[in-house]
Amino acid sequence: MTIKKFMMVNRKAPYGTVYALESLEVVLIAAAFEQDVSLAFLDDGVYQLKRGHQTKGIEMKGFEKTYGALEDYDVSKLYVDQESMAARGLTADDLCVPVEVMSRAELGKLMEEQDVVLSF
Amino acid sequence: MLNIINKSPLDRGSLDTCLQSAEGGAILLIEDGVYAATKGSVGEAKLKAAGKFKVYALGPDLEARGMADRVMDGVTVVDYGGFVDLVAEHKASQSWL
Amino acid sequence: MKFSILINEGPYTHQASDSAYQFAKSVLAKGHEIFRIFFYHDGVNNATRLTTPPQDDRNIVNRWSKLAEEHKLDMVVCVAAAQRRGIVDEGEAKRNGKDATNLAPGFRISGLGQLIEAGIQADRMVTFGD
Repeated sequence: MTIKKFMMVNRKAPYGTVYALESLEVVLIAAAFEQDVSLAFLDDGVYQLKRGHQTKGIEMKGFEKTYGALEDYDVSKLYVDQESMAARGLTADDLCVPVEVMSRAELGKLMEEQDVVLSF
Repeated sequence: MLNIINKSPLDRGSLDTCLQSAEGGAILLIEDGVYAATKGSVGEAKLKAAGKFKVYALGPDLEARGMADRVMDGVTVVDYGGFVDLVAEHKASQSWL
Repeated sequence: MKFSILINEGPYTHQASDSAYQFAKSVLAKGHEIFRIFFYHDGVNNATRLTTPPQDDRNIVNRWSKLAEEHKLDMVVCVAAAQRRGIVDEGEAKRNGKDATNLAPGFRISGLGQLIEAGIQADRMVTFGD
């Protein structure tokens, strides 16, 4: 099968809208298709990775654990925008999984290398 | 890369993030994104400062919003056929949703 | 050139489906091929045949059905997103014990793998959303 470089760009916070959850579903399927998958988190998308989601009170399915399970699907390219974290008072220590923190320019360079960019 | 923006720069940060992240190439403004390309708006200053991008705006969306006669200098207005050509000309497109 | 289109929002609230429709028509008019149109998130709501807009408004659902018929388009609705939002074909109705179906002509319900395949097979993938 052809292997393409797929990047899922996440710029929206979790729970307020469904995009973060349904984006993860796409990531898992792309990994099952053995594609070269990476995830980028910018703007409010970095909130998706904030550790310690407790969703019982809003009766919605929490999906923090899924980020931790990505490695089992051989998805290990998680890129986070430094500037977006800083603007939200977050550091890499606040995140639920190991990520590669980079500048916007570095992220843009990676985006340029992709065959398919899906934004959620 | 063809960067597609569909939101007003006064409503969302998608144009800002695109301008600060994307390496270059083209920006196509569609839907509410076309407001960025209008004279005297905050979008005009932002786009002028981002000289590395070739900027396009979708004509039908400008016309629908009564903004077709306010397009800033340096922006190329295209129709849906032009939209298709832009997608074809670039290896990939990214919608900054 | 082969295009695929991803639509992430439903009809009427967002312009996404309208933009995608105009784009799809122009892709075909330019002599390109559409490999697949995939409907995800609230985009699955583009596939309900029960839509009844006022006479003087466009019928977004029928418009898609007609375009699919004329150009033999493959229009796929994500099954998980459809189940959440009540978009049902006969197979889904049987499997999940529903008393009705509402999938419009020209659409089919299938898995997210169809989106990834669309990305692999097509030369270009364009997303319309919010």
